[in-house]
Amino acid sequence: MANDLSMKERLALGRVHMPELEPSVRSRNFEEVNRGLGMEDAVQEAKRCIQCKHRPCVEGCPVGVSIPEFLDALAAENLPEAARILQGDNALPAVCGRVCPQETQCEAKCVRGVKGEPVAIGYLERFVADWAMANPEKLAKTKLPPATGKKVAVVGCGPAGLTAAGELARAGHGVTIFEALHDTGGVLRYGIPEFRLPKEIIDVEVSRLVAMGVEIECNVIVGKTLTLGQLREEFDAVFIANGAGLPTMLNIPGENLKGVYSANEFLTRVNLMEAGRNPDAPTPIIAGRQVAVIGGGNTAMDCVRTARRLGAERAMIVYRRGETEMPARVEEIKHAKEEGVEFVMLTAPLEIVGTEDGWVAALRCRRMELGPPDDSGRRKPVPVEGSDFDLPAEVVVNAVGTRANPLLTATAPDLDLNRWGNIVADENGATSIPGVFAGGDMVRGGATVILAMGDGKRAAAAIGKHLA
Amino acid sequence: MYEILENEILAPNLHRLTVKAPRVASARKPGQFVIVRAERGDERIPLTIGDADPAAGTVTLFIQAIGASTRKIVDIPVGGALRDVAGPLGQATHIENWGRVACVGGGVGTAVLFPLARALAEAGNEVTTIIGGRSEQYIILADELAAFSAEVLITTEDGSRGRKGFVTHALADLIADPARAPKVVLAVGPVPMMRAVAELTRPHGIETVVSLNPIMIDGTGMCGGCRVVVGGESKFACVDGPEFDGHLVDFEGLSDRLTTYRGFEEQARHAATECRLTKEVANG
Repeated sequence: MANDLSMKERLALGRVHMPELEPSVRSRNFEEVNRGLGMEDAVQEAKRCIQCKHRPCVEGCPVGVSIPEFLDALAAENLPEAARILQGDNALPAVCGRVCPQETQCEAKCVRGVKGEPVAIGYLERFVADWAMANPEKLAKTKLPPATGKKVAVVGCGPAGLTAAGELARAGHGVTIFEALHDTGGVLRYGIPEFRLPKEIIDVEVSRLVAMGVEIECNVIVGKTLTLGQLREEFDAVFIANGAGLPTMLNIPGENLKGVYSANEFLTRVNLMEAGRNPDAPTPIIAGRQVAVIGGGNTAMDCVRTARRLGAERAMIVYRRGETEMPARVEEIKHAKEEGVEFVMLTAPLEIVGTEDGWVAALRCRRMELGPPDDSGRRKPVPVEGSDFDLPAEVVVNAVGTRANPLLTATAPDLDLNRWGNIVADENGATSIPGVFAGGDMVRGGATVILAMGDGKRAAAAIGKHLA
Repeated sequence: MYEILENEILAPNLHRLTVKAPRVASARKPGQFVIVRAERGDERIPLTIGDADPAAGTVTLFIQAIGASTRKIVDIPVGGALRDVAGPLGQATHIENWGRVACVGGGVGTAVLFPLARALAEAGNEVTTIIGGRSEQYIILADELAAFSAEVLITTEDGSRGRKGFVTHALADLIADPARAPKVVLAVGPVPMMRAVAELTRPHGIETVVSLNPIMIDGTGMCGGCRVVVGGESKFACVDGPEFDGHLVDFEGLSDRLTTYRGFEEQARHAATECRLTKEVANG
């Protein structure tokens, strides 16, 4: 036990606060909002962990990070050991420490949260991962086992694909990732904004995989450039993690007006193509003085906070239920509010009203009230007749969700799909085709980074068994 | 990196590039396109694949330099390389033997048309090709098209080559002649031209296919920026197209969406011109 404090002393410690950029400053730039903990705060926070024997936090983690163990090493100020434990369990700790919904996972299970506040596991994961990135020379070298001679193709360079690739490479298998876009990271790069996840973090995490021998080939669209059949001929196993990249349309009048974006397009222009945040970027974006973002998830928060940073005076979330029903993370909602985002709740879009020359002029809305719970257990919104009103806006972003992209599956008739077009896979990622595994949003529909990573980890283990 | 093996000027600002891209060359079918970037940080530009040689691992791309990004691509010398070539994307052209078909190309659209016309000829169709441009120097690929076309009709707006007028004039005459009237028309060119062709063929009930080139980013169906209304339904040109039934396309909506970034484009062009002028002044 490295912790030098008594139980009483540990229990007396209050939860650390994450230093943040001032809302008035950050709502006008793309710098990371959360600044990260200092060494002293991090070590003290790690000491709040009471090292309980039944480790409920680990159960709450989709990739099963050995949380008490890395916290114990951190409490003892043994950073190389903390990093070794963390990186051994999690291929992308610097990403997870930033974007995981810890409050519903590890921290929700933390015993300290029963009476008081849970240990800030997410902040500490980020601290250790960032330390490891800044101090690569102090880390023990990952020793790879002898090559097995087996080759695995991974389709998609997002969180599920990167995690699976890391696990497979560590097991000695040859791994090639095929990515459709021109750069790595998948949704981590095109979807999550710089102010939540700086892109250089993806670069460092990806280079760690490349250093382990993982090959990455960009500009390969499986289903178009290569088919699943070709991959099966060339590789001993395939892991499909190509995401749920297709936007769901609103199917309301005015959706094709100039200034209407899907969340995917809006975020891709800014995040991947650097529109509006790099003055030299050749890809344009319509910024809008008044921007209405439809939806209540993390993607909607990313869009509305991005709109604010692009200069919107009014950046609004338009959501048909109430704030408590919003699926977005508590932290995202808090940050958005601090940055001056308006929350127009219990409001459903009816139509996008245009100007004479085809630009967005307003979002026509109807007030809703909450009725009895629906199938999802959330209270169902019911329209209030005669309550229609117009929200003036130049830009409307549709962030109501995404669907499975059919490009790959259209060329793989033997692959079983559900009625939404998602690949059917068991808990180990096995599909209807032997040797073909799948995970992440392509299987789940729109979910989270960490669930996709959990899929990647489990599928890699199953692929290992399949190859043995 | 994708090496440029040939870079030939066909018409003012219109280049034909031969690019090493073996995976694309093997998979490509007529009608499909690639997305290209010259360098890191650049825009993603969709370009039709004009031709491919799977054995040599090369594709032929036609590109018109209209903005800063396309200018940068055509300025890459032989031996240089494109950073990204992703594809082949979109649906392949539906090819069958209809008997008599007319292939209509306007400006750079003629380059897009070329592989489709050839595929139709190879499938046994009698292909009449109509190509038009502002003036003689914008008429491209006439000899290449003549190699497999029953007839190549040329129109120019100023009469400097072929018939003075528009491609629709030549097409109207063709339709009026029972011995030459096409069963199917394929039209590729500026939106007003494709629209005019579709309006011309509509009363005759002649099936008309147009190839659209709307604004897009990823080209894989992810962003939905390329959506276009076809028969009252929203379609993504990148995955459902780029070819659609010309009688069902909402051309007005398409033209309007194409103007979304006009302000930015003018600014970029202005900046590029300024930059060139400044350089010229500085260089004396």
